[in-house]
Amino acid sequence: MSEAQGIVRPKTAASTALRWLLFAILGLFALYYLMPLIVMVMTALKPLDEIRTGSLISPPRNPTLEPTVRAWNSACVGVRCSGLKPYMLNSILMVVPAVLISTMLGAINGYALTKWRFRGADLIFGLMLFGAFIPFQVVLLPMARTLGALGLAGSLWGLVLVHTVYGLAFTTLFFRNFFVGVSDGIVQAAKVDGAGFFGIFFRVVAPMALPAFVVTVIWQFTQIWNDFLFGIAFSAGDNNPATVALNNLVASSTGVKEYNVDMAAAIIAAVPTLLVYVFAGKYFIRGLAAGALKG
Amino acid sequence: MANVRLENVWKRFGANEVIRGIDLEIDAGEFVVMVGPSGCGKSTVLNLIAGLETLSDGDIHIGARKVNDVAPKDRDIAMVFQSYALYPTKTVRENILFGMITRGASRAEQDVALASVTELLHIDMLLDRKPGQLSGGQRQRVAMGRALVRNPDVFLFDEPLSNLDAKLRLEMRTEIKKLHHRLGKTVIYVTHDQIEAMTLASRIAVLEGGEIRQFAAPEVIYEEPEDLFVAGFMGSPSMNIVKGRVVRNGRLELEVTDAEGAVRFPIPDPLAGPAGRHLGGELFIGLRPETITRQGTQRPGTNVFAFERAIDVVEPTGPDTMLVFSLGGIEAIGRVHPEDKAPADTLFPFEVNMDRAKLFDPASGKRLR
Repeated sequence: MSEAQGIVRPKTAASTALRWLLFAILGLFALYYLMPLIVMVMTALKPLDEIRTGSLISPPRNPTLEPTVRAWNSACVGVRCSGLKPYMLNSILMVVPAVLISTMLGAINGYALTKWRFRGADLIFGLMLFGAFIPFQVVLLPMARTLGALGLAGSLWGLVLVHTVYGLAFTTLFFRNFFVGVSDGIVQAAKVDGAGFFGIFFRVVAPMALPAFVVTVIWQFTQIWNDFLFGIAFSAGDNNPATVALNNLVASSTGVKEYNVDMAAAIIAAVPTLLVYVFAGKYFIRGLAAGALKG
Repeated sequence: MANVRLENVWKRFGANEVIRGIDLEIDAGEFVVMVGPSGCGKSTVLNLIAGLETLSDGDIHIGARKVNDVAPKDRDIAMVFQSYALYPTKTVRENILFGMITRGASRAEQDVALASVTELLHIDMLLDRKPGQLSGGQRQRVAMGRALVRNPDVFLFDEPLSNLDAKLRLEMRTEIKKLHHRLGKTVIYVTHDQIEAMTLASRIAVLEGGEIRQFAAPEVIYEEPEDLFVAGFMGSPSMNIVKGRVVRNGRLELEVTDAEGAVRFPIPDPLAGPAGRHLGGELFIGLRPETITRQGTQRPGTNVFAFERAIDVVEPTGPDTMLVFSLGGIEAIGRVHPEDKAPADTLFPFEVNMDRAKLFDPASGKRLR
């Protein structure tokens, strides 16, 4: 922010000192926040004997990628010693369909709730919103029985179903708030132009909702990728997602605790969500701001 | 070309009666303007005709067809919306052609229609832009283009000019009138701007409270308003409407009294009969501002009545100057030539053309005739 902008303030020694104090405090907070990440990255790059002898925050003297490679393809998760690789694949196979289906359904819900008003639309939206506040522990047992009845117990498709269902509350909320701000006239014009429910959705309304799609995809991706509770409750053994595998990997080290491999595995499991933020983060902020203004 | 007929049309939202039994017969090729204050139901009537709302009761015919249960796309109408309602992610070309593509028109048909419309509206150089890159006037043209390309029987306009600045509004108003003249299609046009209504319409429907107060040609609406509402709504500045007592003083007079004393307006002969029945009672008198001028400036032979009042405020508008004075408890306005004006707080010699004065029954609000 240049000094030419903003509200005019008197410039005194006291105000300058206060400003520096403010920056110092903010810098301290930032450091505090970054500390775990710094420790993780440094530890993951150290050989095991350096961890034993050095301190937690000393930088690695002989950086090595060996722990990272081991975490990826040879560390033991339970009895299976093939690293996180197969479980990362599981997570991707779970996340991609779950995100796409829940986002698409949320978009159609939001569109129907705002642009094709029907009796009870507000009630239905209220109930769906309520779904966003249900603690997931409550649904574990009924959902386990449902998955069992559907023959999806322990499978990846079961997880996809669970995440889709419980993501709907949020995706519907995001899209509903976006579409509330879209002029009804556009939908009416499209009706006069002869387009139907899905014609208007796919050809007129959905292209306008790009920011809402970005926000929802990031949100759902992060939620589903990071989920541990559903993963551990509803998947078994080789079908575990990365988060559950990470936990098992850390828990199943025998003899010497390999902190560097554990840290590297944790970083690997976190990388996809970080990448999503890096590539789409600015849309995320923008979309959230737009949603806040319109919602 | 098609006529449009509304028979006893009702629209209710729950217990709220928005449209209360409207009958309207619009001839083929006519330009009908529906005008009224906000919330009078005029846009609802338009949406009912378009099929964007369902009828609660009554029938709507377009041409020979009863369209109560016909979807908007099959009604052979085109609509221009207040907010333009352009598709923001589509280019101007795609906006205009969206309807044709949806209906599966051939490429050749699309090209012909697009060429004729863009030429007519002078938007050929905008075809590849998105609505966000257009000015208000250009968006308005594109919205009209989208309606024109449809080549419908009936055009529906929902306050199409209300988002434009004053100068553009005038230009587009003229343009719409020209277009109607050229195409000869039936137009139903909704606005809250009574000047737009006066200038565009072949007939005006004045709506209030979900009912039609009067449906007539603009001159008739202006000079022979049905009731107090129509009289007060049409005209800018609006008609001076003030209450007075009917007295006989050799001739029939309407006596308006306030702190500055009494003004006794002679009741013109054609109104003497109906006004006489209210002798001793009260009536409203309606005087258009342009009928109140400086003494001696009206056409010779006019039935004028002279009176004096102190000027409260002087409002120059350019071509005319408005003199605000108090009369019977209201702020009355006289419209004089700029060279006739006088400073505020001085006594001013007014004269009023009594032949154009209207009288209204306070109980029913109806005009006496």
